[in-house]
Amino acid sequence: MTQVAEPEAAQRYMGQGLLRKEDPELLTGHGRFIDDIALPGMAWMAVARSPVAHANITSIDTSAAKQMPGVLAVFTGEELASEWAAGLPCAWPIGSRTLPEDVTRDPRIPDHWPLAKDRVRYQGDGVAVVVADSRAHAKDALEAIDVDYEDLPVVTDMEEALKEGTPVIHEHFGDNEAYVWSLASGEVDKVFSEAPVVVKERYYHPRLIPNAIEPRGVVVQPNPAMGEYTVWSATQIPHILKLLLALTLNIPETKVRVIAPEVGGGFGSKLNVYAEEALALALARRLGVPVKWVEERSEGYLATIHGRDVIQEMEVAATEEGKLLGVRVNLYADFGAYLQLVTPGIPLLGGFLYHGVYDCQAYSFTCTGVFTNKTPTDAYRGAGRPEATYAIERIMDALAKRVGKDPAEVRELNFYAPFTEPKEVVTGLQFDSGNYHASLDKAKQLVGYDELRAEQARRREQGNPDGRLLGIGISTYIEMCGLAPSQTLAALKYGAGGWESATVRCHPTGKVTVVTGTSPHGQGHVTTWSQIAADALGVSPDDVEVLHGDTAVSPLGMDTYGSRSVAVGGTALYKAAEKIRAKARKIAAHELEVAEDDLEWKDGKFQVAGAPDKAKTIPEVAFSAWTAHSLPADVEPGLEATAVYDPPNFTFPSGAHICVVEVDADTGLTRIRKYVAVDDCGTVVNPLIVEGQVHGGVAQGIAEALYEEALYDENGTLVTGNMSTYRIPSAAELPGFQLDRTETPSTTNPMGVKGIGEAGTIAAPPAVLNAVADAVSAVGVEFIDLPASAERVWRAIQDARGGSPGARTVEAGETGASSMTPEADGQSGPASSEGGVR
Amino acid sequence: MRRIALTVNGVQREAEVEPRQLLVYFLRETLGLTGTNVGCDTSSCGACTILVDGKSVKSCTMLAVQADGTQITTIEGLASDGQLHPLQEAFRANHGLQCGYCTPGMIMAGLSLIQSGAGMSDEEVRLGLEGNLCRCTGYQNIVKSIQDAARTMRSPAATATQGGSA
Repeated sequence: MTQVAEPEAAQRYMGQGLLRKEDPELLTGHGRFIDDIALPGMAWMAVARSPVAHANITSIDTSAAKQMPGVLAVFTGEELASEWAAGLPCAWPIGSRTLPEDVTRDPRIPDHWPLAKDRVRYQGDGVAVVVADSRAHAKDALEAIDVDYEDLPVVTDMEEALKEGTPVIHEHFGDNEAYVWSLASGEVDKVFSEAPVVVKERYYHPRLIPNAIEPRGVVVQPNPAMGEYTVWSATQIPHILKLLLALTLNIPETKVRVIAPEVGGGFGSKLNVYAEEALALALARRLGVPVKWVEERSEGYLATIHGRDVIQEMEVAATEEGKLLGVRVNLYADFGAYLQLVTPGIPLLGGFLYHGVYDCQAYSFTCTGVFTNKTPTDAYRGAGRPEATYAIERIMDALAKRVGKDPAEVRELNFYAPFTEPKEVVTGLQFDSGNYHASLDKAKQLVGYDELRAEQARRREQGNPDGRLLGIGISTYIEMCGLAPSQTLAALKYGAGGWESATVRCHPTGKVTVVTGTSPHGQGHVTTWSQIAADALGVSPDDVEVLHGDTAVSPLGMDTYGSRSVAVGGTALYKAAEKIRAKARKIAAHELEVAEDDLEWKDGKFQVAGAPDKAKTIPEVAFSAWTAHSLPADVEPGLEATAVYDPPNFTFPSGAHICVVEVDADTGLTRIRKYVAVDDCGTVVNPLIVEGQVHGGVAQGIAEALYEEALYDENGTLVTGNMSTYRIPSAAELPGFQLDRTETPSTTNPMGVKGIGEAGTIAAPPAVLNAVADAVSAVGVEFIDLPASAERVWRAIQDARGGSPGARTVEAGETGASSMTPEADGQSGPASSEGGVR
Repeated sequence: MRRIALTVNGVQREAEVEPRQLLVYFLRETLGLTGTNVGCDTSSCGACTILVDGKSVKSCTMLAVQADGTQITTIEGLASDGQLHPLQEAFRANHGLQCGYCTPGMIMAGLSLIQSGAGMSDEEVRLGLEGNLCRCTGYQNIVKSIQDAARTMRSPAATATQGGSA
């Protein structure tokens, strides 16, 4: 599987922190985002949404709305029903598979229409749509739509939802269980019953709202005479969207063009096929005018997918020394009211990684997906892997405590030894390459680990006189990226492949066009791809133009998510450039009147071996290929090549993050004193961009660790329903980060790249929580979970000190407490410390 | 409808506006200055930050009619003669942007901060940016960009030439 880069390829731009080519237009306000698009005769769409979480629609009266100024049309779900050939798509139809009995059940995919017809199932479910001549008129008319709802009982708690007698959200399924999916390896029960040490903890990973700063939006321009549609959407997935809109609306795929303009962040929230995209296309088709919709932020909090919302019952078996023997995890994942594009697959992306970077022989993972009356969940930066990393990294600290060792020492004891060839691990995955000791060593050195532990001991001995509790938290994470080998996706029941394409076109003037099937939204692909192409073709990155995000320009693509772009799309580019060089070599040899074998690719050109002054560059060959005046007999004119690359394996970026906190024992407020991240994403193409990705990822992870949590009340109303109640940290709440890297090239692809987009978000939450837990352990707090907000920490401290912070914290202490033997477990009830509300 | 007159990026503009129209939509949809972005509906994110009479304002918190008679600078008014403003240069040099959506607001907030004479320690800059959210960069390179630009803009040579800009 190991592939080695062509040794003669000169490296001049790869590895350099080139400034981004994307920036000038974004810096001057000339980037064209979705809301910047205005077309002649364009109408505005607005969606009437259910204010209640579960109800029958008994009547909808749109007559008054139709009379409002500027209104062109108003439609209900029934009135648009004929537009849909299918409901909104779920591309990852996973059925149940329970082990060891190997009982399977077909997937339960509920009907999900762009507008609800007779029943609403979460607050924000669309019930009617207005088209008007302006944004304001469309919104005004929403107020005039009269809907009668007959309330149904609501269930927002996933464990409640699984109980007998609970209201069933999709009645024909009989209950609220979407699936139970298991994976097992080794003699799990035996290992756990015989192990001298078993540690079990229960975590609740809060529901999160992705919050790309650009809201979603869509503009559709119809060409009624030709039956053609151009769709601009703030999306991460123009190619997948094109295909699925065509299928949903029964339009020939060749008549739909999707363009992702500048997209203002995604984080998974724009990795979907949304009701509004289908509605805008249906209305443009029906009315024959361009239709635009842009979400308002509070609307998006209901109508755009949420992330995480997972209960994790995590258990490890180990020796007295702390050597890991087995991992057993039982998950409950709240899917919300419907399955969006890849909802069912998210837990599986983490399901193979609950043993982290630690060698063990027995593994069991079970996930129960649950329907509730809440916004659907789906991919949010990290998607499944932050949950897995949180569980294993938290429990490694609990294990260290149980066996009386330093958390770093227990990790080092369990790391796989460094490896440079693929290694099969307990789940059957082949880790591509890894050196986990190296990154932890570096992180410890960078943070001053031993000195910090000494300072901590000293301060504890003195009784922490200033009331500030020092805590140190480690997270040695791994992720599974470069999504994905198509055959593996098939085995996991995903509905598409995981390949990526690139086209390289060498123009007669020496300029190069690269067309990629990835679709960036802030990751700097234009710059990175230019660097890869420049080195592969011996040209300047300034002479490379990178085109993306338009299905008419790049017909083949699987888009951007799952830290896949450079590992899969970048490799496709590398392979397309190889094809260019192979053809160029023929032409160069012909022109230089030597045999192909006499040419070597050196310093970015073909040189005659032993006579370096006889040489041809790719631009020179491109000109010859264009004039076609003297080409070898079997060579076509032009110099262009396309490669479609299907990766043979995932990539497995890893690293070590260490967080140092000081918790104010009186207020519960956590201050991050230092945050060190040592990441290993294999070969680095542009270190400036890689560092930026880590900064942003870590910030999002810290936000998840200390601030963010979407809360519903018992009626299914989103309490944190806008940006002022859902706490996104600003610069003032976040620290600076100290970054470093180790480089262990991937064996999956020829450049050795692994991916970095999600690493920070995956690594950070357990680093921070382990640090907070370490800090407050000094005052007797045994357990603290996400998010470690000042209030939660304060309550936990009060509780530990025997104060009376209220029943809610007592519950949190009980439900979350670490139990050290299998006999001592048996806890049940919600993991949330906020009265079970989530 | 009400008639307003104001100066935007040095150009005198007059228009009839609906009394309920927000300043940000007046700039974006009436004047076509789409560089100023909208990221929320609660004045939380700061993507729409502009300068009104030299001070940073979230343009979603003001009605267009309230801007009558003011001098406004938006992101489009910073670069001149094809030359990026030092703050734009600094954002580029320090990779202070990723998706670029919050960037115009961040730059205008940063400009206001630098021009206010505020201290430029990490903590002071971070506090000064409290009203602007970014989801991509983790703020580290934004802070660095503003500090970098402040050094350039506050150097004696720069004060002579750029002191009155924006």
